[in-house]
Amino acid sequence: MRLPFSALLGLSLTGLFLFIAIFARWIAPYPIDLAVGGVWEGPSAKYWLGTDTIGRDILSRLIYGGQVTIFVALASSILAFSLGSFLGFLAAVKGGLVDQLLSRMVDLVMAIPSLIVALVMLSVLPLNLTVLILVIGVLDSTRVFRLSRAVAVDIAVMDYVEAAKLRGEGQSWVIFREILPNALSPLVAEFGLRFIFAVLFISTLSFLGLGIQPPLTDWGGMVKENKDGLIYGKAAALMPAAAIAALAISVNLVADWVLTRTSSLKGGRGG
Amino acid sequence: MADNTLLEIRGLVIQATSYPPGEPPKEVTLVHGVDLTLQRGRVLGLIGESGAGKSTIGLSAMAYGRGGVRLTGGTITLNGREIRLASPAALRSLRGREVTYVSQSAAASFNPAKRLMEQVIETSIAHGVMTRPEAEARAVLLFRKLGLPNPETFGNRYPHQVSGGQLQRAMTAMALCPKPDLVIFDEPTTALDVTTQIDVLAAIKEAIRDTQVAALYITHDLAVVAQVADEIMVLRHGRMVELGETAQIIKEPRQDYTRALVSVRSLEHAEKPPAPPVLRIEGLTARYRGTHFDVLKRVSVELPKGQTLAVVGESGSGKSTLARAITGLLPPSSGRITFDGRELSPDLAGRSKDDLREIQMIYQMADTAMNPRQTVGTIIGRPLEFYFGLKGAARDRRVQELLDEIEMGKGFADRYPAELSGGQKQRVCIARALAAKPKLIICDEVTSALDPLVADGILKLLLNLQAIEHVAYLFITHDLATVRAIADKIAVMYKGQVVRYGQKSDVLAPPFDDYTDLLLSSVPEMEVGWLEQVIAHRKMESAGN
Repeated sequence: MRLPFSALLGLSLTGLFLFIAIFARWIAPYPIDLAVGGVWEGPSAKYWLGTDTIGRDILSRLIYGGQVTIFVALASSILAFSLGSFLGFLAAVKGGLVDQLLSRMVDLVMAIPSLIVALVMLSVLPLNLTVLILVIGVLDSTRVFRLSRAVAVDIAVMDYVEAAKLRGEGQSWVIFREILPNALSPLVAEFGLRFIFAVLFISTLSFLGLGIQPPLTDWGGMVKENKDGLIYGKAAALMPAAAIAALAISVNLVADWVLTRTSSLKGGRGG
Repeated sequence: MADNTLLEIRGLVIQATSYPPGEPPKEVTLVHGVDLTLQRGRVLGLIGESGAGKSTIGLSAMAYGRGGVRLTGGTITLNGREIRLASPAALRSLRGREVTYVSQSAAASFNPAKRLMEQVIETSIAHGVMTRPEAEARAVLLFRKLGLPNPETFGNRYPHQVSGGQLQRAMTAMALCPKPDLVIFDEPTTALDVTTQIDVLAAIKEAIRDTQVAALYITHDLAVVAQVADEIMVLRHGRMVELGETAQIIKEPRQDYTRALVSVRSLEHAEKPPAPPVLRIEGLTARYRGTHFDVLKRVSVELPKGQTLAVVGESGSGKSTLARAITGLLPPSSGRITFDGRELSPDLAGRSKDDLREIQMIYQMADTAMNPRQTVGTIIGRPLEFYFGLKGAARDRRVQELLDEIEMGKGFADRYPAELSGGQKQRVCIARALAAKPKLIICDEVTSALDPLVADGILKLLLNLQAIEHVAYLFITHDLATVRAIADKIAVMYKGQVVRYGQKSDVLAPPFDDYTDLLLSSVPEMEVGWLEQVIAHRKMESAGN
């Protein structure tokens, strides 16, 4: 099977990001929080991407920051998908009151902009990675709920699901063995997109100061630290911003490719 | 009379690109060098099973190929012009003018937002054949010829305001309106109920005769095409099997395949003697939630052990609802279901695992009845695991036994449903039902989505299995030929009620009630002139009344 160029590019870039994140400790040339050079030095042979507001190597911080960003985004997306798709399938299979209750609760959460909900929750709750992951995961799960319910409603009316019910199968067999395998491809594509949203969300929160706390760092936090340099023509803030954009685009390319291969959601083979 | 030739197809080759899942796309040849000649005013029936290429050949008469289908070789001469390689502009002036098309599902082909008249006269006006008043006058004339109610005002209605049979006739009017030389009828009556089919068929036949138009009539039902066509061409796998006058094809087919098609409805089954019932339904009344209308009204029937009760009726008569009530999917509002001496709980949740195991169901569409992500082994193996706790090698052995029983042999357990043919899929569904060792299997239109020869095989298999396993069938169908082939008892349903019920020999013997008479006399018989006889008979009767 031939991969389209965009998918190949997306896959290799995403792979590169993951590789760097996993082996950050061995790849990064300098420690994360050590001031090794002058303030806002430009790119040089010594500091490939220059130094930041207090003289730390930007490349090293990008590498460590990427680790945190990707880890938190991945963990919260996985949480969002486990929670959202389970409840979505349950609502589709059970129907009636369960469906109404879950759907209206989700509507309620979605009616309020998630950034505001997150800001309120994070300013009340203690600031650590676990809380951050939980908040993002729960908020994102509402979107996953919507999608998985819609996909599952289509599958739940199939005769094979009815046959399973007539056989006397329990709820978990119907959900995990009959519906899940058939809902997987649209959900996998959606996972890529939700992952990007999580990356952007964390970056936003960190930029506002409620995300990742020092001494750890992430890309959004790095933009915040270096944003004042923009006034003086220092490009330090652009490096993490570019990293966020590059990750978002490459994962998006992969998700697009998965989506065009999905026959059930779009009713065809795609492009 | 060479100048009388309307359409001449020589050595037609049609190819398409197929996309098997997980494999590179490949070229397949759908039609291998078919020749065909059609004189003006004649009707040629194209008959064959699905995949025979009959629709593809039919559409090639207007040099059209459905998505991905290409006419790659041969010549198509219409009115003396070669059209296979004609320019798009030339084709545009020909389609909808010289050649028109009537599709299988009129309901899906009409624009729901426009009045019928607009759509019926659209092509005539677009091609400049006639002015709007002329076209409207012709449409009214055609409505009258096709026996549509209130022909003057019929065109003012929207598609959803008329019945399926009327819509199919409106589509025929649409096709005839621009005075074409050739009309392609693509299974125009297949989606209709048997009692509606006969009216539409008669209307189409009369319209063809009156307008002297030539037609290609595509169908899988030999008995239907025998009523309409002058000549019949039998197709199989994109090749011609036999071509002949209608009477010759029906009476003395020359090829084995045609003989098989002609004799397909002759399967007979001797009625079994009365026996104690395994299923007794008393006064069953049911309605769907949120409605105020009983879909089942006091239905009472009995099904003897190891025998077959056929439930017959047209769509909307409540026969599938009866199945849902028996399985517990739709709890009835009143009435009792007694199964094997015990009363069944009305809803699914109240039934024991044995209750569930002993009533199994086989669906019309085998495609949607099997999870596409499970292998045949898993599909058949799951009931074994679930009801009998069979695991590992013991389960695999039993799966293989069941596969042998449905005559499918080795190597199928690892396949996915998408890798099976239509008949094989239905066999796997039968095996899944049998795996539970049921006492009753509900068969909901299990053969209506299948080609006649394949359906025949499935019916034979079901009869064999009944003899071996002593399982009872509740056989829901709208096809009376199937009923003759398989039933011991028959219940005729109409508008949610059982209007006639008894042993097969009693139900199928006169005197009939009005509805059963209508139903029985509407089943096309493999005989030239049958349609005229029935219509004449009905006219006489209504005149007598």
